[in-house]
Amino acid sequence: MARTASPAAAEDPAGLGRARAAGIAAPALLVVLAFLVFPALWTLYLGTTNYRLTGHAARHPRSVGVDNYTTVVKDPAFHHSLWLTFEYVIGSAVLGQALLGFVIAWLLRDAGGRVKRVIEALVLLAWILPSSVVAFLWSALLDRDQGTFNALLHTQGTAWIVEHPMTVIIIFNIWRGTAFSMLLYSAALTGVPPTQLATARMFGANQWQQLRDVVFPHIRGHILTNLLLISLWTFNDFTPYQITGGADSRSQILPVYIYQTALFDGQMGLGAAIALLMLVINLVVALVYLRLLRDRRLERVA
Amino acid sequence: MKISPRSSAPGAVVAKIGRYTFLSVLLGFFALPMLWLASAPFNAHPTLNGSISSFTLHNFSVLLKDPYALPSLWNSLLLAGGTALLTVGFAAAAAYALSRVRVPGRDGILYALLLLSSIVTGTAAMVPLFQLAFKLHLIDSRLGVILVFTGGLLPAAIFILKDFTDNTPKSYEESARVFGASPFQIIRHIVLPMIRPGLATVTVWAVVNVWGNFLIPYILVRNPDKYPASVVLYTFYTEGGQPNLALISAFSLLYSIPVIVLYLFVSHRYGFRFHGGIKR
Repeated sequence: MARTASPAAAEDPAGLGRARAAGIAAPALLVVLAFLVFPALWTLYLGTTNYRLTGHAARHPRSVGVDNYTTVVKDPAFHHSLWLTFEYVIGSAVLGQALLGFVIAWLLRDAGGRVKRVIEALVLLAWILPSSVVAFLWSALLDRDQGTFNALLHTQGTAWIVEHPMTVIIIFNIWRGTAFSMLLYSAALTGVPPTQLATARMFGANQWQQLRDVVFPHIRGHILTNLLLISLWTFNDFTPYQITGGADSRSQILPVYIYQTALFDGQMGLGAAIALLMLVINLVVALVYLRLLRDRRLERVA
Repeated sequence: MKISPRSSAPGAVVAKIGRYTFLSVLLGFFALPMLWLASAPFNAHPTLNGSISSFTLHNFSVLLKDPYALPSLWNSLLLAGGTALLTVGFAAAAAYALSRVRVPGRDGILYALLLLSSIVTGTAAMVPLFQLAFKLHLIDSRLGVILVFTGGLLPAAIFILKDFTDNTPKSYEESARVFGASPFQIIRHIVLPMIRPGLATVTVWAVVNVWGNFLIPYILVRNPDKYPASVVLYTFYTEGGQPNLALISAFSLLYSIPVIVLYLFVSHRYGFRFHGGIKR
């Protein structure tokens, strides 16, 4: 529905005028300014103070320059948390969700009927249920004495969440978030010309060869989009806190580490310094993603 | 006519068996954690495993008597409804203005907004958001939580609604104007009905986002009377410090039902999938 004729006449068909247009756009922009732009900028300032949640420094914070940043950069606990976050994102999003999502989409691509509906519904349900509910479901599943998992495996007495916290939250997040990749790849696969696949099969190409030579070249853009988005979401995911409780340093991914430092221990300034790093990483990933979107929009227009 | 010379080979049979084995394992993996949610609420002696020893509805009467359970659902509803209302209202107005009136640097503004909302997430900004709410005396205030959510959801909402507005013809607005309708009458009676599917999409999306969110109310609400369901679920322990399973199971189910109903509605009405990849 591209109406490109006479752009001057098509502008402002309701006769709103610039002033009123600015007026009706203002509430949205003000809320965004106050609750999105300002917090981001304030993180910069907070990170240079010794602000604390309680006590003397809460009433009279003072500037400590770049002390927080040097403390953070040298802190082995922070390095550890950064490494865990890397494991979490690579393990559960890039390898887990993306791969499993693709495999499901590929296997079910022309399956019909009940099998497909049931599997898709379950995968989606895991994605849409409230995080507090799924966190409790997993705690119940993996409980040391009464959990279904131990009952099935005859391993009563194994406290999985205590003994292998990282493995648990990685597998949990695969379970939780595969739906998005599955949906995206299902949609992407419908764009692969069936004739090309049929031709490849006729020439005796096996599944892997069909994927490599026909499917992947067609859905490369979708793969990149998917990886960027799920990495960003997983990087900012706070749900593991609800399973592990946050106190165990062996599973403190960055969001949990910031919560523990800033709001639990009350070291707001130090927490803000760590948060700034998160903002920068988010910025890099989001820039790459938006760049990609813009290029594809231009391609579509061209 | 099907040309598949390999389908009868023993390799194909093995592949088929492998495929079904994989699908069964997959089914187990995704279903297993949910068994508890389906069984425990109706179990007279709920344990953490997913079996039913004797059927009961008693757990739901425990839930009705709990002083925080039902009010928390009401709180969740207020937060979700308030956020959806503000988000849709503000976003629709801004989207219309940005779609129809040439503002200098409009694409740049939209781009920057979208970028911001993906960077400044609740987790990355929890420290300044807490500080901001504290300074503005918005701790324990529903309005505070609603505003924080609205700020985070608005950029994408504006983006979606602008797309809808861009795709509606301007001729209706022009003719209404010829007949003497004021700009606000045009927006109310012509533009809003035309972008209704967009408004519905943004509403559902905002409600689901707020309904399930744990972190924002967890850091901004201290008074248990104002806890939404996501936070209350975290506090259901017996006096002995054990999780109160009767209460947790029944409450989890009740709290999940609106999401499941909404999903069934959307998938029945529109089909729950992306068409040709996601748009934005």
